[in-house]
Amino acid sequence: MMAPRRLLLAAPALLLLPRGSRASPEAMAEAVRGFTGGAEIRPGRVTLEISPLVENGNTVPLSVSVESPMTEAEHVRAIAVFNERNPQPHVITVHLNPRAGRAMLATHIRLATSQTLLAVAQFSDGSFWSDRAQVVVTLAACVEG
Amino acid sequence: MARVLLNIPRTARKGEVIAIRTLIQHVMETGYRPGADGEVLPRDIIRRFTASFEGEEVFAADLSPAIAANPFLSFTMVASTTGTLVLRWQGDKGFDQTETREIMVTG
Amino acid sequence: MTRLACILLLLPLCLSAAAEERRSGFQDMAPETQAMQQDDTANPGMLWVLEGETLWNAPAGPAGQPCAGCHGSAESAMRGVAARYPAWDEADAAPIDLAGRIQQCRAARQGAPPLPRESEELLALTAYVARQSRGLPITPPEDPRLDPARAEGRALYTERRGQLDLSCAQCHDENAGRRLAGSAIPQAHPTGYPLYRLEWQSLGSLQRRLRGCMTGVRAEPYAYGALEYVAIELYLAQRAAGMTLEAPAVRP
Repeated sequence: MMAPRRLLLAAPALLLLPRGSRASPEAMAEAVRGFTGGAEIRPGRVTLEISPLVENGNTVPLSVSVESPMTEAEHVRAIAVFNERNPQPHVITVHLNPRAGRAMLATHIRLATSQTLLAVAQFSDGSFWSDRAQVVVTLAACVEG
Repeated sequence: MARVLLNIPRTARKGEVIAIRTLIQHVMETGYRPGADGEVLPRDIIRRFTASFEGEEVFAADLSPAIAANPFLSFTMVASTTGTLVLRWQGDKGFDQTETREIMVTG
Repeated sequence: MTRLACILLLLPLCLSAAAEERRSGFQDMAPETQAMQQDDTANPGMLWVLEGETLWNAPAGPAGQPCAGCHGSAESAMRGVAARYPAWDEADAAPIDLAGRIQQCRAARQGAPPLPRESEELLALTAYVARQSRGLPITPPEDPRLDPARAEGRALYTERRGQLDLSCAQCHDENAGRRLAGSAIPQAHPTGYPLYRLEWQSLGSLQRRLRGCMTGVRAEPYAYGALEYVAIELYLAQRAAGMTLEAPAVRP
C-alpha cells in the first residue's frame, strides 16, 4: 500500500523532521502566557490578515494591524504572533512605540501544516487584545527530492 | 554582506507616517531540517531586527524559525525631522548587518 | 494520498483538458503569490537581480574586464536578449541557453574562473540579464539550425520516462489546469526563469525545474547543462512564443 517514504516526499519540508518539541495548542498557550504574564486577552482591536488557503507553507504573507492612536498616552507596545502546529509556537514579536506612528507589521512566515494562528497586542495600559485566523495549507504533489 | 532590498522614502512631509519595507537575503535555517547526509542542519536564523531613527528605536522584532527564508519585514514610522534611519539585523553564527538611509523631512 | 495514486486517478480524465488558451503559471497562482512577484521590494528574486547588477559591473578575469566593459549598460544592451534564448552558438555549432552563454562569455572572453550551473553567481547574472526583458514577448530565433534540437526537445517532452512512465505532455498538456494533490498543474510555459520558487526558498533555473519534474516521475535526470535540457528549453520557448516574460517570477 502506501509507502512511508513516498508520503514523506510529498510532505512540506517542515514536516520532514520535527525533532524535539513540537508546538501544540498547549505549547502555544504556554508561549502566549510567556508574552502576557498570564493577563487576560480579549478578542478585538487586532486584525490578523493571512490567506485562508495557502499554496506553499514556506513563504506565507502575513500582516497584523492594531487600532491605536499611537500617542504617548495610548499606544501599542508589542505585537506577537503564535502558531499551534509548527515545531515552535512562537513566530515573531515586534516592539513598538509612538515613533512608529501606526501599530502594524507585515512579514512572510512558514507554516508546517493547516492550523490556527493567534496575534496578540500589548497596549500601553497593560491590556492585551487579539485576533486569530484559521489557515489551510495545501499539500504539494511535486516537491523536489 | 547579505544582499538587502529596501523601500524607504527619501523625502517625507513633517508628521507623515511613512512605510518602511525590508528584504534581506538569509536562509533562515530552522534547526529542524535534515541535510543531504540525514543529519539535522544546525539552526541559522536572524534573531533580531531593529530600526532606529536618530538614535531612537522606532521598531524592533524578535524572529523565530517560523519566519520565511529571505526575511521580509514592513512597518511604519513618523517622519519627525530630517535624519538617519539605521536598520540592523543580528542572528546566529555572528550574523550582524547594518544599513543606513537618510530621510529628508520637509515642511 | 500518494502522488502515484493521484496520477492514476487523473489518467482516465486526461483527454478532455487540452489547453485551449495558453496561460502563464502566474495566472493560476494565489493572489498573495502574484502580489509578491509584482512588488519588487517583496519579490525575493530581486535579491539575485541586485547581486547580478553588481557582478555585471565587477571586473573579472586576468584583464579585469567586467561584463559592462564590452556590453555597456545592461538596461539597453541586454533588453530583449533573454526573450531570444536558447539560441544558436556559432563557436560550439550547437544550441545554447542563456546561462550557458553567460558561462561561455565568462570563460572565453573574460578568462575568469567558471561559474557552475545553479551557482549563486550564475543565477544572479542570469536573473539580471533576464530582468531586462521583463514585459517583452518570448521571440525564439527563426534559425533553421535550431530546428533539429527543437524537434528533439519536442520528442523528449512527449516521451514517457521514469518508473511512473509519464511524459511531460501527459501532465502539462493533457492535464494542465487540473490539480495534483493541492497544486494546480501549470501549462509549463517558461515565462519567468530564473524564478524564485517558494518550495525551493531560493532562485532556480528552468533546468532545475526540469530536473525536479524528472525525479518526480522517478526518471534519471540529465546532468546540468546537458544538450537534452537545452533541447527541451528550445521546444518550450517555441511553444510559449509571444507570451510575456516575467523574470524573476515567483512560483509556489
